[in-house]
Amino acid sequence: MMPVSVLIPGPLQPFSGGRNRVGLSSPRTVGEALAELATLHPGVSERVLDERGEVRPHINIFVGEDNIRDASGLSTRLPEDCEVAILPAVSGG
Amino acid sequence: MPARKLKAPASRPVAVDDGGVILLVGTMKGLFLFSSGPSRRSWRKAGPFFPGRSVYAAAYDGRAGRRRIWAAPASMHWGAELAWSDDFGKSWTEPATPLVRFPEETKAALKNIWQIAPGRADASDTIYCGVEPSALFESKDAGKTWSLNTGLWNHPHREKWMPGGGGLCLHTVLVDPSRAGRITVASSTGGVYRTDDGGRSWQARNRGVRAEFFPDKHPEFGQCVHKIVQHAARPGRLYLQNHWGLYRSDDGGDSWTDIAHGVPSDFGFCMGIHPDDPDTAFIVPIHSDGFRCTPEGKLRVYRTRNGGGSWEAMTRGLPQKDAYETVVRDAMGVDSLNPAGVYFGTRSGKLFASRDAARSWELVQEGLPPVVCVKAAVVASAAAPERRAKPVRRVKTSPARRAKVSPGRRPARRRRAA
Repeated sequence: MMPVSVLIPGPLQPFSGGRNRVGLSSPRTVGEALAELATLHPGVSERVLDERGEVRPHINIFVGEDNIRDASGLSTRLPEDCEVAILPAVSGG
Repeated sequence: MPARKLKAPASRPVAVDDGGVILLVGTMKGLFLFSSGPSRRSWRKAGPFFPGRSVYAAAYDGRAGRRRIWAAPASMHWGAELAWSDDFGKSWTEPATPLVRFPEETKAALKNIWQIAPGRADASDTIYCGVEPSALFESKDAGKTWSLNTGLWNHPHREKWMPGGGGLCLHTVLVDPSRAGRITVASSTGGVYRTDDGGRSWQARNRGVRAEFFPDKHPEFGQCVHKIVQHAARPGRLYLQNHWGLYRSDDGGDSWTDIAHGVPSDFGFCMGIHPDDPDTAFIVPIHSDGFRCTPEGKLRVYRTRNGGGSWEAMTRGLPQKDAYETVVRDAMGVDSLNPAGVYFGTRSGKLFASRDAARSWELVQEGLPPVVCVKAAVVASAAAPERRAKPVRRVKTSPARRAKVSPGRRPARRRRAA
């Protein structure tokens, strides 16, 4: 497997040592990517997933251009050399 | 050329005076701090801290020589957490792993933190949080680690509690300063619960409190209690603002007496209690649950000085025309000076202060985001325990005037707030 990059949004970069991109070794799914991210930067994954391990309601995760909610959620498989983007949804008030 | 992104507003700490008052003002878009000397004639402002995040809960912990501000910033995107500052906002600590988390076996997830309550003075490392979904968390190591109170979580009533308009939240935590082990909490909806054994077991304490939205108007539990306040020197004396209903208890919540005598509406959210006089309490009546604004377009604080036997409208300095305001459940605070300072914020972003126990009012600030939390505390000197200001004789005050808001002193070196 080729490495996977996770793009870290600005509000979470204080918890990734200021990095906007984190390289992971060889996760096969989004869930595995977030688990590996949790070992490197727990403050990021804690704010993407809730205590139940579910993606928070107003967070979108994209693999390439595909939202994992339209795929298989955290079980969505990662193609080689892909980018995983964590993006806050357009919501608020 | 695309528009430039603006940086988040930077915030300086607020300068404080020993013996003065600090106000923690939580809004839908961040936390603001206001401070004043004991005279409370002018106020300094700092903030917003945590810009863009709501802050429904804040607390000042002056026990054991601390000068700690707790806040609960909540992001719609990234969740709610606890943060603290030991230097009045110069720096904030937000642990990478949020402190308050539901254990995995509960299958629950934290939605918001609605209340932060320091414990008894003789348990200076104990602190509590009331959260949504309704639960109580406790720390016994000054906030380093937190645990769910399983006595309340496992209560057989809990699964029958229903969310009110603000969600299913535990919004009130009252620690009895004179009776170890007694804590009273309130939840919307669920009602009042009390433990006398430090949280191992809890009993519903809603006798006399109406539930207008049930066929049985006086169920054992399920009331939509909006706020309770407790008198520090006589902790058996409680006042309760209900979703329709205004009550007093003289027995720590064992029974409640209707005290809605002479108020324009017994619907409302916030409450305050006088630090010295258990017979004096403050409310802001709201028209109804259908029209959640001050009645008749008049912003009036109602005060009782006889335990709810009667109420008087305190209007001096408050707008009495076209003032369709809302003051939510935690948006009123009372300091411990004499005369008592009373403070409240509105959903329209106005912050009002009285330095004479609600007799007259001043607009401290307008234009804030919607205010959801106002906490007042007297700041003791760093070396001395929290103390009361020298009592002064009650005097008639001059007509209200607008307070001057002056900028806080700039620190020698500014650190970035988280």
